[in-house]
Amino acid sequence: MAERQAAQVPSNIVRRSFAIATWLGWKIESNWTDPFLFAVYSVIKPLAGAAIIVVMYSVVASGNFDTPYFAFLYFGNAFYQYVSSVITGVSWSIVDDREHYRTLKYLYVAPIRFQYYLLGRGVARILAGTFAVIITIAGGVLFLHVPLNFAQVDWLLFSVSFVLGIVVLIYMGLVLAGVTLMLAHHSDVVGDAVASAMFLFSGAIFPLSYLPAFIRPIGYALPVTYWLELLRRSIIGSSVESFSSFGSLTNLELLSILLGFTLLFGLFSNAIFRACERRAKEKGLIDQITNY
Amino acid sequence: MLNLPKVEKRSTGFALFLRTIIGRAYPRVIGQQRERSWIIFDVFFPMVAVIGYVYIYKAIGAPSDYVGFVVLGGAMTSFWMNILWGMSSQLYWEKETGNLSLYIASPAPMMGVLLGMAVGGLVATLIRAVGVILLGSLLFHVTYSIMNFPTLVLIFMLSMVALYGLGMMTSSIFLLLSREAWHLANLAQEPIFLVSGFYFPLKFMPFWVSALASLIPLTLGLDSMRQLIFASGPTLGFLSVNIEAWILAALAVVFIVAAKLLLDYMERLAIREGRITENRR
Repeated sequence: MAERQAAQVPSNIVRRSFAIATWLGWKIESNWTDPFLFAVYSVIKPLAGAAIIVVMYSVVASGNFDTPYFAFLYFGNAFYQYVSSVITGVSWSIVDDREHYRTLKYLYVAPIRFQYYLLGRGVARILAGTFAVIITIAGGVLFLHVPLNFAQVDWLLFSVSFVLGIVVLIYMGLVLAGVTLMLAHHSDVVGDAVASAMFLFSGAIFPLSYLPAFIRPIGYALPVTYWLELLRRSIIGSSVESFSSFGSLTNLELLSILLGFTLLFGLFSNAIFRACERRAKEKGLIDQITNY
Repeated sequence: MLNLPKVEKRSTGFALFLRTIIGRAYPRVIGQQRERSWIIFDVFFPMVAVIGYVYIYKAIGAPSDYVGFVVLGGAMTSFWMNILWGMSSQLYWEKETGNLSLYIASPAPMMGVLLGMAVGGLVATLIRAVGVILLGSLLFHVTYSIMNFPTLVLIFMLSMVALYGLGMMTSSIFLLLSREAWHLANLAQEPIFLVSGFYFPLKFMPFWVSALASLIPLTLGLDSMRQLIFASGPTLGFLSVNIEAWILAALAVVFIVAAKLLLDYMERLAIREGRITENRR
C-alpha cells in the first residue's frame, strides 16, 4: 500500500519540477549576457553552419540553388538542428549539475520528479533549437530560393511527424541522461557524439544510398531517418522522391514506423533511465566530481 | 607535518623558463596519450564532419580534389578546436578549478606556462590531425600531388606558430571572462569554419571577408597548403603562397608579442581587481 502511494507522484510535483527546471534552464542558458547578444549568439551559429553547406554547394553548382537536391540538403540540415538540441538539452544537465554547479545530490533529496526536471532543463535548448531552425529556413527561403510554398505543405503530415519526432528525441535524451549518470569520463561529449553519428547515418544531408551498403542498416534503425524523410515529404512533396531513402514506402507506412519507434522508446526509455540511475546510486556516482 | 623531498635543483632565468615549458607540455603530450579514449573523440568529431561534407561533394559531383580539401580542412579543425578549448579557455578553466592561483604563486613564469600549453597542445593535436588525414585519405582515396615539400613544411610551421601565438594571446583575454568564455569559444566554431574556408577554397568567399578572416592564421595556412598539396590548388588560391607566407610570419610575431603584453596587463588587472581566484559559476 505504502509502495503504491509512493509510486503515485502528485501531479503538482510533476508540474512544479518541470516548470522550475524550465525557468532555471532558461536562466542558465541565456543570462550570461544581455538579451540582444544572446539573440545574436543564437542566430549566428546555426546560420554559419547552414552557410558552410550553402557555399560548398554553390562552389560546385555555380550558384544554381533551384535543384531538388539543394532543397533536400537544406531542409535536412535545418531540421537536424533539433536532434542535437533536444538530445543534449535533456542529457546535458546531468553534467552541468553534477560537475559544474555540483547540485545534483541536492536535487536527489529535493521533492521533485527527476525525469521531469531533466525535461524542463532541456526546454531552453529546445526553444533555442526551434529559433535556429526557423531562422535557418527563413534565411534559405528569403535569400536562396529554397522552395517553401505554404499552400502546398501537407500540414497534417508535417504536424504529426514533427510531434512524434520531438517526442522520440526527448525519450532518446532521457536514455542518454541515464548513460551520462553512469559515466565519469567523456560524459560531456556523449550527447554530441550520438548526435554527430546520427547526422551521418540518418541521411540528413545526403541520401542513404551514398553510404556503403553494410552501413545503411544503421540508418534504417534510427527514428531520425524516418522523421527527416517525413518532414521533407510534407514540405517539398514529390521532388524529394529522387533522393528518397524510402522510395517504395508510403507516407502512412513511414508514419507508422515512426510511431512504432516512439512507442518503443516511450516504453523503454524510462526503464533504462531508472536502471542507470539505480546503478549510479549503487556505485556512488550521483555526487561524483571528476574535474575531467 | 608533510615530509616533502628537499628541492635539490633550483632553476632560475632561462633554465626555469625552459623547465616550465616542459613541465606544462608534459601532461598534454604524455598525459593525454595515457588517456587514449580522447584520441577516439578527437579524431571522431572531425571525421564525422569530413565524411558528411565529402558525401555532399560526391552527391553534387564535385571534382575529386574537393574531397581532399575537405579532408585537409577537417584535420585542421583539430588545431582550431585545440586553440579554442585547450588554449583560449585554458586559463579560465584553471581559474575555475583553482589551479590558476597556484601558477601565479609559483616561481614559474606565466609566459612559460602558456608556451608549454602551446607546445604540448600542438604536439598532441598533430597526432590527431595526422589521424584524420590518414583515415580520410584511406576512406576516400584522396590523391595528393605535393609540389614543394620544404615550402609546405615551412607554411605549416608558420601557421602553427602564428596560430598558437593567437591562442596564447586570447587565453589572457579569456582570463577575465566568466561564463561568457564557454559561450564565446562555442560561438567561434562554425562561423570560423565558414569564413576561413575550412571545407571549400577561400577564393569563393567575398574578398573582404577572406581578408578579415586572414587574421586567423589557419585561413592563409590552409589556403597555402591546399595550393601546395593538390593539383588544382594553385588555380584556387586566394593569394600567392609567398605573400601568404610573409603574412603568416608577420602574424606570428604580432601575436606572440601581443600575448606577452596582454598577459602582463591582464595579470596585473586580475590581481588588482581580485579576480584571479574568482569563481562565478
